[in-house]
Amino acid sequence: MGDQHNAVAAGAPRTIIDKIWDARVIVVQEDECLLWVDRHYVHEGSHHAFAQLAKAGAPAARPDLTFGFADHYIPTRPASGVDGVRMVDLLAKNTAAQGIRNFGAGDARQGIAHVVAPELGLTLPGLVIVCGDSHTSTHGALGAFAFGIGASEVAHVLQTQTIWQSRPRRMLIEIGGVLPEGVTAKDLAIHLVARLGADFAVGHAIEYGGDAIRALSIEGRMTLCNMSIEMGSRLGIISPDERLFAWLAGRPGVPSGEDFSHAVESWRALATDPGAVFDHVVHVDAREVEPSVTWGVSPEHAAPLSGCAPDPSGIPDPLKSAAAREALAYMGLEPGTKLKDVAIDRVFIGSCTNGRIEDLRAAADILRGRRTRISGLVSPGSTRVRLQAEAEGLDRVFTEAGLEWAGSGCSLCVGMNGDLLNAGERCASTTNRNFRGRQGKGSRTHLVSPAVAAASAVTGRLTHPADLGAR
Amino acid sequence: MEPFRSLSAPACPLGLPNVDTDQLIPARFMQTPRDQGYGRFLLHDLRRDASGALDPAFPLNDERFAKGGALIAGSNFGCGSSREAAVYVLVDSGLRCVIAPRFGDIFASNAAKNGLLTAMVSDAELTALLADPDVREGRNVSVDLETQTIRTGKLSVAFDIRPDRKQRLLNGWSDVDMTLSHRAAIDDFVMRDRVQCPWAQTPALRA
Ligand code: SF4
Repeated sequence: MGDQHNAVAAGAPRTIIDKIWDARVIVVQEDECLLWVDRHYVHEGSHHAFAQLAKAGAPAARPDLTFGFADHYIPTRPASGVDGVRMVDLLAKNTAAQGIRNFGAGDARQGIAHVVAPELGLTLPGLVIVCGDSHTSTHGALGAFAFGIGASEVAHVLQTQTIWQSRPRRMLIEIGGVLPEGVTAKDLAIHLVARLGADFAVGHAIEYGGDAIRALSIEGRMTLCNMSIEMGSRLGIISPDERLFAWLAGRPGVPSGEDFSHAVESWRALATDPGAVFDHVVHVDAREVEPSVTWGVSPEHAAPLSGCAPDPSGIPDPLKSAAAREALAYMGLEPGTKLKDVAIDRVFIGSCTNGRIEDLRAAADILRGRRTRISGLVSPGSTRVRLQAEAEGLDRVFTEAGLEWAGSGCSLCVGMNGDLLNAGERCASTTNRNFRGRQGKGSRTHLVSPAVAAASAVTGRLTHPADLGAR
Repeated sequence: MEPFRSLSAPACPLGLPNVDTDQLIPARFMQTPRDQGYGRFLLHDLRRDASGALDPAFPLNDERFAKGGALIAGSNFGCGSSREAAVYVLVDSGLRCVIAPRFGDIFASNAAKNGLLTAMVSDAELTALLADPDVREGRNVSVDLETQTIRTGKLSVAFDIRPDRKQRLLNGWSDVDMTLSHRAAIDDFVMRDRVQCPWAQTPALRA
């Protein structure tokens, strides 16, 4: 992140990043500014911050702007661990003590914060949104200035409804052209991390722009903004447009009637001005993006599904080369292995990256009338997504194909609720992190899109749907 | 928070790039209340072999580095999740300083709030530090925050840190006290905003 010298001259064209910052800043100091926090989302993992709050003997400043979500630990199937229940109860107790509304177990609005808050319309354009979770960047798809924070910051926001931040540098990633048929927002996200690197955008806020972004659905935009943190950026954002306003209209937390028209007018003005200056601009041609998959233990360890695992001796940076060698050893892959030849044991479809209705529909379209060779878990991102999917009969498509249909939560994305892989098991997963042991000690994760996860379940190898035979 | 000014202690040469927060503390330990201590979870799975025994070749398992001090990591240290527990494991292990070319951004800001210095050096300086005989032999390395320098018998390396993080570490400030000194400005903002941006101040979906 930069400093106040990074501010834009008065009257000059501004980016959406600057516009929201300027509108929500309360105190300007040289190194850091005090920002108002419009929405604060907490979850079971926020227990450290609630403990700090209790220690300080302080009440929550704005419980009406704070919302609780049972997602990380909530059991999603009968076999999930029992510890999760304790953590879900602890969240319910901590939020109740502060008068914070909590969407807990059994609530029709339960689900992953980054899925539920947008679908409820709690997340709105122009708002500053924080949560003790790095994938808070997801909400930038709705034109919000949203970023993940740590427990001390969560405690600070609870006590003051504000946060100290330094103005981020601005980065524009412009995706021109049209994504090829069968290439999804997830493929684009994986492609960008692989191409630019896992630390490329540290200290920057990313705006995604260009024709390919305009053409994405709001769900697809969320998938992309979600993975901004995988490039090191705390914040990814997309300027609001008519497609977004249509998506927002009628959601419970969105103003209605005249208030809505009034709000839309102000949201429209948030879009980055023509000629606004970024500190860093990257152009990517959407036509170059292929269905993509990770082969290692960092999201930057990725390649087109049509490609191969690399040969580490060809990587010039010695530390990166050594890391790639260790990654391949951990993943149990030989250098040069064709990725389409990699046999997998399990699939996971879900998470804040790909647990939305559009994602489940894409996976179900592949699985309808087919049987899977391997087992797997499908966990909708929210209870609302689950009910919608069940109304459309998607749950039966998954179970008839041979996958398990679970409740909503983070589930096997991080395994905190006890949904875990066994050591050595290899999973094609629609999540966002392929870190060592992320899905359980010794687990091996390949990040993929929902369509690739579904096709891979059918063959038992990493597979693109286009390569499946007739049903 | 305990302020950080300087340090003279061994610096463990870890050197791995992209050490993510899931490595720093695997998720399964994160239910633990803080007062029970987090040091035992530091890089829990990475420092053990398949049988669960401590791997003697892993730098942090070398007894010369067991008492803490500094850690020389690789680029993008602390990338990944926002879990502040990734800082608790280091601090509770007696580590007060991590040296790396780049840090995960949320990790670095969490570190500054817990008295842990994140010192940024260039890739070339990292390589030099990792190869330095004093470092490798576990002799004391000195780190001074005011002057932003790391010294071994042979090397003197200037490091970078964001000014706000430096101030916070030097002063050991409590952010909440600092914020509440601006209470009047905050109240003014809210009053204005209730009119200008009612959907922000009063969510249609009330608590
Ligand atoms: S689904 Fe995974 S990445 Fe998303 S909030 Fe949950 S644990 Fe984090």
